[in-house]
Amino acid sequence: MSALMIRDLHKSYGGLEILAGINLEARTGEFIALVGPSGCGKSTLLAMIAGLETVTSGEIWIGDRLVNSVQPKDRDIAMVFQSYALYPTMTVRQNITFGMESRGVPKAEQAEAVKRVAALLQIEQLLKRKPGQLSGGQRQRVAMGRALVRDPKLFLFDEPLSNLDAKLRVDMRTEIKKLHHRVGKTTVYVTHDQVEAMTLASRIAVMNQGSVQQFDTPKRIYDRPTNMFVAGFMGSPAMNFIPARLTGSTSISVRAADGSDAALALAAPLPAGAPKDVVLGVRPEHIYRFTTDLKSRKPAVESMQAPVELVEPTGAETLAVLRLGDLEITGRFEPDDAPVMGETITLGIDMSRACLFDPATKALL
Amino acid sequence: MSTRDLTIPVAAPATPWRQRLGTMVPILVLAPSLAASFIYVFVFTLWTLYLSLSNSSLMPTYGFVGLDNYASLWANRRWNIAYTNLFLFSGFYIVGSMAIGLLLAILIDQRVRGEAVWRTIFLYPLAVSFIVTGTVWSWLYNPVDGIQAFVRGLGWTDFSFALTANRNTAIYAVIITGIWQSSGFAMALFLAGLRSVDPDLIKAAQIDGASVSRTYRKVILPTIAPIFLAVAVIQIQFAIKTFDLVAALTRGGPGVSTTFPAIYVYDLMFQRGQIGEGAAAAMMMLAALAVVLVPYSLWIVWRRRTEGRNG
Ligand SMILES: Nc1ncnc2c1ncn2[C@@H]1O[C@H](COP(=O)(O)OP(=O)(O)OP(=O)(O)O)[C@@H](O)[C@H]1O
Ligand SMILES: [Mg+2]
Repeated sequence: MSALMIRDLHKSYGGLEILAGINLEARTGEFIALVGPSGCGKSTLLAMIAGLETVTSGEIWIGDRLVNSVQPKDRDIAMVFQSYALYPTMTVRQNITFGMESRGVPKAEQAEAVKRVAALLQIEQLLKRKPGQLSGGQRQRVAMGRALVRDPKLFLFDEPLSNLDAKLRVDMRTEIKKLHHRVGKTTVYVTHDQVEAMTLASRIAVMNQGSVQQFDTPKRIYDRPTNMFVAGFMGSPAMNFIPARLTGSTSISVRAADGSDAALALAAPLPAGAPKDVVLGVRPEHIYRFTTDLKSRKPAVESMQAPVELVEPTGAETLAVLRLGDLEITGRFEPDDAPVMGETITLGIDMSRACLFDPATKALL
Repeated sequence: MSTRDLTIPVAAPATPWRQRLGTMVPILVLAPSLAASFIYVFVFTLWTLYLSLSNSSLMPTYGFVGLDNYASLWANRRWNIAYTNLFLFSGFYIVGSMAIGLLLAILIDQRVRGEAVWRTIFLYPLAVSFIVTGTVWSWLYNPVDGIQAFVRGLGWTDFSFALTANRNTAIYAVIITGIWQSSGFAMALFLAGLRSVDPDLIKAAQIDGASVSRTYRKVILPTIAPIFLAVAVIQIQFAIKTFDLVAALTRGGPGVSTTFPAIYVYDLMFQRGQIGEGAAAAMMMLAALAVVLVPYSLWIVWRRRTEGRNG
């Protein structure tokens, strides 16, 4: 059974269309991430699920209820805001119990619930403080506590970690993941950090300009992006896009740095009707230094020459900027085996992991 | 004089000169106004304090008479009425204009249509000077050609609305007019406060199932508590300085029923030539202000300090 189902959802402000036909579905207990660039409508979509924004057209189902015109408080949801939205004049305890007070839950039951949630999030010692006296990470926990105490059908998170520093963000990410395992609630999680989406979600919806580009598992989204937007958005450093020409049913040629054409054999034949000009998409980690040993391990590796323009060691890996025709591509190398600046190396490109796109429609071939 | 004239012939000493000039300019610009406010606020306050202890009559003189002026001031029935009026007026005026201002602000905050128009209408009285307000309202209150005459003209011949004609109610006429004048101002400040509240807070309260009134009572209004204090303090100093409003509206009458300390001070000093006693009355007004402002500033300092400590 699906805990959340969204059918052909539209949203316009005045004449401006913000969401253009969203279809999504979350199974019970699933963790869905919504990612996309700023302004693509993620928060708007989340607010509509919560009932904070009206629906222009389309349907939102929570469980087996059509909730289009149901009040937020009756939707059986809980939400964590980007700004946390903790009530500044109330203590942490009052923040957590405010919803139960509003609903008229008996005092004893409230105390019990606060105790349970405070223990779960380890915020027992903070209960008497006001939000202004908490650190960013503590506020984040309290905001989660306020959501958890409801025991709702659906959790909604709007970029809950974006106000934390890098290290805390990684810690809290792990914690949210653990928490989700423990609580097992259906969750919709908005972020514009693709690493967060990849690590947390069971399925990711990549959005752009008000529509869902792809809704799939993290692995599928990463390995088989349906179009060049998804391919470019997910992954850091981004996927390299190399213009190429089809020279046969299973071979393409790309322009090398010296102006000559290098032939690369495809791992699988292209479907009939593919255009003559294509875009070859290669992730930086699928670019190697070519050796015969590599070829025997990965038979789909194809080789070509490329001068090294720049080397950026980051510690765990070394990124090298390589010249190909008149464009630069990025390769990811083992630090021990990294190329040096000025060198011309023989690249190995793993064609079995490469993607081909139609430059006109930007779609995966 | 351009920079070139300065720098080329005397290249080395030019920079310190200009630096010194740079640091001097702000001081030079600020000095006159600093000196003026120092003289007007502190020197004249101290001078008034001294005069209040002197036997000055038509002109300031410096024969020391101790607290005699204060004694005769408090022995005067008219002064007692004025001082009582001050507290009566301040209390009703502040509570009234804040209550009405808050109500208007909350209503406008409901995203009404034509918000800018409403805002302008309610804020408009503030743009009118107290003299004009007082004069216009004195016509409205006038039984012969004001509201009473108008309503009677419509047929309700028993209708009676003559607040300013009666000793016991005239003060309420002043209060109502004051409230009319400044609730729009209170509204503007409250509305700015309401709009500064993080919209996510309201959304969170909505999800938490709080009703609109509960959201205002428990979430929004507590968040803008400092604005209540700021509005109150501004209104209090309006109230204590009330002079032109009363002067235009009732001229202190009927009888002495709407006399205010400011009017009384003016009377003593410039009409009756009792500068000593007038100065004593002025000092009492300062005391009334201090009762409010000193705790307020102490509170501000205290708050800033605790905030600094909590980071
Ligand atoms: N009340 C509104 N009136 C008109 N346009 C709006 C309104 N609210 C949002 N928008 C527009 O809707 C679009 C989507 O906004 P939304 O907040 O959903 O983006 P987002 O994907 O959450 O971006 P971010 O990552 O920056 O939070 C934006 O272009 C924004 O300008
Ligand atoms: Mg957003």
